[in-house]
Amino acid sequence: MDAKKYLIKQISIFSENRPGRLAAIAHALGEEKVNILAFSIAEANGFGVVRALVDHPQKAHDKLQSLGFNIAFTDVIAVKMKDQPGGLYDIAKILGDSSINIEYSYAYSGKDGAILILRVDQVEDAIQKIQKSGATLIERSVFH
Amino acid sequence: MAVWDPRIEEMPKADIAKMQYKLLKSLVYRLYSFSPFYHDRMKEQNVHPDDIRELADVKKLPFMFKRDLRDNYPDRIFTATQDELVRYHVSSGTTGKPTVVGYTEKDLDLWTTSLARGLTSIGLGRGDVIQVSYGYGLFTGGLGLHYGAERIGATVLPTSVGNTERQIELMQDLGATAIACTPSYLLHMGEVAERMGVSIQKDTRLRTGILGAEPWTEKMRVRIEDWLGIKAYDIYGTSELSGPMFTECCEQNGFHVWSDLALVEIIDPKTEEPLEPGESGEVTITVLQKEALPMIRYRIGDIAVMDDGVCACGRTNPRIHRIQGRVDDMLIIRGINVFPSQVEHALMTIPEVGQHFQIVVERKGALDDMLVRVELKKESFSDKITDLMKTRQNVEHRLRNSLNVNAEVELVEPGSLPRFEGKSKKVVDKRSL
Repeated sequence: MDAKKYLIKQISIFSENRPGRLAAIAHALGEEKVNILAFSIAEANGFGVVRALVDHPQKAHDKLQSLGFNIAFTDVIAVKMKDQPGGLYDIAKILGDSSINIEYSYAYSGKDGAILILRVDQVEDAIQKIQKSGATLIERSVFH
Repeated sequence: MAVWDPRIEEMPKADIAKMQYKLLKSLVYRLYSFSPFYHDRMKEQNVHPDDIRELADVKKLPFMFKRDLRDNYPDRIFTATQDELVRYHVSSGTTGKPTVVGYTEKDLDLWTTSLARGLTSIGLGRGDVIQVSYGYGLFTGGLGLHYGAERIGATVLPTSVGNTERQIELMQDLGATAIACTPSYLLHMGEVAERMGVSIQKDTRLRTGILGAEPWTEKMRVRIEDWLGIKAYDIYGTSELSGPMFTECCEQNGFHVWSDLALVEIIDPKTEEPLEPGESGEVTITVLQKEALPMIRYRIGDIAVMDDGVCACGRTNPRIHRIQGRVDDMLIIRGINVFPSQVEHALMTIPEVGQHFQIVVERKGALDDMLVRVELKKESFSDKITDLMKTRQNVEHRLRNSLNVNAEVELVEPGSLPRFEGKSKKVVDKRSL
């Protein structure tokens, strides 16, 4: 199995916790015509990490880096969910039953259905387990 | 009011000058003959003990700085051997290396005498219970005041720092009449006492505060005295002089510097020329009788004014008025000296962060809060919050170890801190004292 095609390049940006930082990031991406498909902010005391799935991760990376942002790529995976009550439970149960530990996760629901984005520690192992369970992983090519 | 040592404290001015000249002359001869460090220093300055012919000739002698102690760590400029020492104290240095001070029995005796005179001059003595809430240990504050208070026959309550609620209970139960601590710690105690339903003014016997080890102002004195119902006196010293040494007298108008122990000069830090009494400059002290670690023309770095007039209390020894500031960028956080260079030095040992930093000091409630903002390096950025928190804790831990004071750390984006803008931008001091 080629697990690589399921590894999605998320951009992670270190941000101080002060007004205007998100606007600065979003403005830069807009200028580069980079579209944001999903994103989340994780916050700690005094700083945060902005995580985003975008259509052109390399372009986004280079632009933000040139502006001095501390930015890195992180591999995440995306699992399709039913966009109806109980949809998240179905997937979460599979992950739990397969002993897959989630480092963090966020989700979006768009015109093509609902997607759960996951960061896990043993990613190749997790991909195998998810596939074995019958759930659907979304390929990287769908995003970028 | 009682005077501990009238012969010295009320000595006529002309006699003081004669006494100091004799002490200086014998000190310089001793050091020139027996101390390689001082010998070389005097040679470099092209001065011989024979050139000291009157007290004013002190200005021919070379200066000493804190870096002399650091460069000769731990004890290379001591003029007593280890078997003659009865104690060490250690203070944090400017770049990670601490400075060590050694004491012979006579050194401890004169330090204690100095404080006995001061404590007596503010009306303390037998029958008083003096709570010593300075830290005991390597820091000089606790043990210094402890011995001084015992010498005058007072009862010592050696609470050291911390555990504030217990301190307040003991203050009440044992009837402390005086407390020695930092002014900010006393304010903090006042707040904690109020939360416990205790009024220091009404519910304790506390009447005197001996406050120092950090800068404070007349405004703060008024606030402390009005709120807590005590008289607050300034105390001054530094470990290089032994520790806390000189206090204000009952007049609360500057601290008396005992003339048999110390020769004070106020100098212009730029021209290094002595200034007249009344002019503001750098406090420079020659310790006249210290055996283990004599200090000649030691540039303390504090800015103040000297008053050479006879005090209303009758004492003739000169006074130094409240310290106005520093010639360098030293900060005093909760009574601990902190140099920005120490922060820089500590950060250099941590690969995850850059060497640029900013220190923000605030007073939250009564106590100082130090925040150190550091830039997270690009290669150590992790997408995981827990990793970043670990990095931050690691920096906090390193700073705590090298500064001896807690600092909160904030990770900031690379390139976001001010650069090349001089020292002033590295420290933002928001305290209003």
